[in-house]
Amino acid sequence: MARVVVDVMLKPEILDPQGQAVAQALPRLGFDGVTDVRQGKRFELEIDGEVTEERLAQLRNAAETLLSNPVIEDYTVRVEP
Amino acid sequence: MTARIGVVTFPGSLDDRDAARAVRLAGGEAVALWHGDEDLRGVDAVVLPGGFSYGDYLRCGAIARFAPVMSAVIEQAMAGMPVLGICNGFQVLCEAHLLPGALIRNDHRKFNCVDQPLRVESTATAWTSAYTAGQDIVVPLKNGEGGYVADDQTLDRLEGEGRVVVRYVGDNPNGSYRGIAGIANERGNVVGLMPHPEHATEELTGPSTDGLGFFTSVLHSLVTT
Repeated sequence: MARVVVDVMLKPEILDPQGQAVAQALPRLGFDGVTDVRQGKRFELEIDGEVTEERLAQLRNAAETLLSNPVIEDYTVRVEP
Repeated sequence: MTARIGVVTFPGSLDDRDAARAVRLAGGEAVALWHGDEDLRGVDAVVLPGGFSYGDYLRCGAIARFAPVMSAVIEQAMAGMPVLGICNGFQVLCEAHLLPGALIRNDHRKFNCVDQPLRVESTATAWTSAYTAGQDIVVPLKNGEGGYVADDQTLDRLEGEGRVVVRYVGDNPNGSYRGIAGIANERGNVVGLMPHPEHATEELTGPSTDGLGFFTSVLHSLVTT
């Protein structure tokens, strides 16, 4: 068993209203010094067997096709130790 | 004999009934299509209605885009069949890459529900030929994730090629770039918009009957081509 983590973030140039809301809420609660917040998604994929380069390439394809929308989002794929 | 317009129901679609009703009011025959169908039952055009397909999980329209019925919709759309995506249907068309750009959460973060003034900027599509260019119309707008975004190059191309179909008039209701409410593909057979023309087809229930033109346009284009 292995775990592959896919992180998806809005591209820097795309407005993130949710992140802005969090950024505005933080100082109200006394958490100062945070200058910006961007909110993203994290997917944890449990993989049966070994994660070969070929499997990883398939998962990158899945990240690009379904888990993210490349028009507005960037993604990273990594194998969790 | 009249044109047969398919209306797809996904799990979580809300406005499929109103879309079918709008088709009938315009004089067409509405054909119910199911998300799990593999074929389109020989329809002449397809409407992807508003709602919250698959609960808006992952991203709005992201899972609906892979529904079995969408393979045929995408194939036929690329072959020239008229396809209209309203609200969630617009999101599905963007996720399917039949239209460029994407829809994100409204910049003010609140759900919007208003009678929205719009300007019809392109009448060179299968769905807007019944209007006159520059015509102002009022139809309901109701969404939480209706902010249209695309990179500047894409926006310039859409404007340059006359593919901005409808634009918001007055205050921008959701932060859409350049006030864009709806766009078309290069050929003009695929149109997506956030506002709901199908809710503005009867005096009794709508703010106007301005939305009917989308449905009479496509019937006209199907009969004359």
